[in-house]
Amino acid sequence: MSSWQIIQQSLPLFEKGFVLTLWLSLIGIIGSIIVGLICSLLKYFQVPVLGKIAAIYVEISRNTPLLVQLFFLYYAFPVFGFKLNAEMCGIVGLIFLGGSYMAEGFNGGFDGVSKTQVETGKAIGLSRLQLARYVVFPQGFTLSVPALAANMIFLIKETSIFTVIAIPELTNTALDLIGMYYRSNEYLFMLVVGYAIILIPLSIILTILEKRVRYGSFGN
Amino acid sequence: MAHSGINVLFEGRNLIRLFGGLWTTVEIAAVALVLGLILGVVLGVLRTFPSRLLRFVLRLYLEFFRIIPTVVLLFLFYYILPKQMGVNLPANQVATLVFALWTAAEMSDIVRGALISVPKHQRESGMAIGLSRWQLYRYVLIPQAVSLELPATINLVTRVIKTTSLLMLISVMDVINVGQQVVEANNQKYPTGVFWVYGIIFVMYFVIDYPLSWWAKRMDKKRLERANG
Amino acid sequence: MAKEIVKVEHLEKFYQKRHVLHDINFSVNEGEVVALLGPSGSGKSTLIRCLNGLEPYQQGEVTFNGEKIVPTEKNWQKIRQKIGMVFQSYDLFPNLTVLDNILLGPVKVQHQSKEAATASAEKLLDQVGLREYENAYPRQLSGGQKQRIAIVRALALNPELMLFDEVTASLDPEMVRGVLNIISNLAQDSNMTMIVVTHEMNFAQQIADRVLFLEDGKILEQTKGSQFFEQPQTDRAKAFLDSMDF
Repeated sequence: MSSWQIIQQSLPLFEKGFVLTLWLSLIGIIGSIIVGLICSLLKYFQVPVLGKIAAIYVEISRNTPLLVQLFFLYYAFPVFGFKLNAEMCGIVGLIFLGGSYMAEGFNGGFDGVSKTQVETGKAIGLSRLQLARYVVFPQGFTLSVPALAANMIFLIKETSIFTVIAIPELTNTALDLIGMYYRSNEYLFMLVVGYAIILIPLSIILTILEKRVRYGSFGN
Repeated sequence: MAHSGINVLFEGRNLIRLFGGLWTTVEIAAVALVLGLILGVVLGVLRTFPSRLLRFVLRLYLEFFRIIPTVVLLFLFYYILPKQMGVNLPANQVATLVFALWTAAEMSDIVRGALISVPKHQRESGMAIGLSRWQLYRYVLIPQAVSLELPATINLVTRVIKTTSLLMLISVMDVINVGQQVVEANNQKYPTGVFWVYGIIFVMYFVIDYPLSWWAKRMDKKRLERANG
Repeated sequence: MAKEIVKVEHLEKFYQKRHVLHDINFSVNEGEVVALLGPSGSGKSTLIRCLNGLEPYQQGEVTFNGEKIVPTEKNWQKIRQKIGMVFQSYDLFPNLTVLDNILLGPVKVQHQSKEAATASAEKLLDQVGLREYENAYPRQLSGGQKQRIAIVRALALNPELMLFDEVTASLDPEMVRGVLNIISNLAQDSNMTMIVVTHEMNFAQQIADRVLFLEDGKILEQTKGSQFFEQPQTDRAKAFLDSMDF
């Protein structure tokens, strides 16, 4: 069979994998942003106990690989009767990982708000909450956008690791097909194209965002 | 608790085997990092040169390694090197190569970013005392760039170490692969052993990565404080 | 007759479409001190930067020591060793100690022996009163101290010409005097040839043998130093001196 036929035949399968990769990424990213924002706010307002717990979570999550986190969820937890299907494991694992990255992204933005802005705010008598509401958050969110976008790209790429717990996303689809038909060139080509379709536009957007925010911050 | 799961670690040579696997992991990471960081500095310097063609080619290289997930890179090299290029390398060398090239790509961007953020006047002061381009990089720009980007470089190191967890995918006998074998071999006797085996691997990665990222964070914080006066 | 160190003929410079230097002609003789004066944006800094190749120019000739300069990066690199330049923002290399900042040029560019270069560097440091700081890093010094070191760094190459580009503009007023004294001493005692861009009119009057007055990228007048401040030839120069509260 010609390469072209191989590719054509595999197209429906790759389409399924492609959609699943997108879908899992989307849920993972949204979940990560929520978890990250919560952790970052706990840190910003120095909430007792919860702030500490969030900080510990961030360190554990950031300093261990997703693959090991997934193995834990998928193989170790069921021993104690806590069983999730593969896709749920993937989503939970991705959010566990992504939450800390997003938290760091938000922290970076809030820390990036210039000291003089904060002091000016204090000087006109804003309370801590008002300072956050009117000065730090609006500027901080803008500053954190490039980091958040970079994290999104990172998380989408990390979904390729889901293949180790046999979630039929893009990478898993390709590896399965290679295992069955030994046409590695064609299937790897499809795999690369699949990720390129998702990630090239995003990385172009990221470059633009980075420039915008950099020029924007010169305004002060 | 005769069969408490934790004992799986002390059964036979299990613990030694796990540390043996960890050694393979560390070895691959270390070699890849040394090669990748050196190549990355060279590429980063080249990316600040005026030649448009050179910059374009190196940018393409960076974007390719940045956009394709590392898992996919591993398989690309794993299948394509022997098939298309007739190069038959053992899996751990394929992995070392992939990680080194990936590290070099990321490092080149870090170095380039640092070099172009060295103030223009530094470059001119160097030129004013007659330094050649090579001397300018050697004595003025690279030393400043390196200290500027040390935190980013350390973070890259932690990323590479975490990424070594993918080694098992191309059947390198790394710590995770060994762990899987230990779990399978002892599953009957220690049903909860899986928790402890993956648990200790989890801890191993954390113990290696956490001090590094703590160090990088502390340096960043100090710099921020200094910048704010 | 005095030797001609620099000669500039019909120099033209553009930034894209903007014409920033128009038909610049002048020369500087050995031992002469020339002040480039003029309002902000008149092209003084651009001109002085053209003289050691930090800014490319589109037309015209620069002659250094009787030799026409073919403006390639390689040629400029050689010539820059003979032209010392000090900038407004001093720019010591933060990664090197004071002494290493000074030695970099003599040792790495001119291949002097480290011992000989160190000895002359220390002599220069003595002259500017900063010998005790030779092992300090730039961040440990005040602005005025950094600027004095930057002057020493340029002098260490034994230049035949010194270019000073607004060297006191970012210093605290009390630091300015020390730096200006060093430059005057250099003119009077060492008979150094120099071109000085400055906003310090008193200083310019004190040291300048000749003044080039620039506006909008043109040299409007070239006058003897003593005469320029008493009786400027052009109305523009008069207005400028009035505006400088001189």
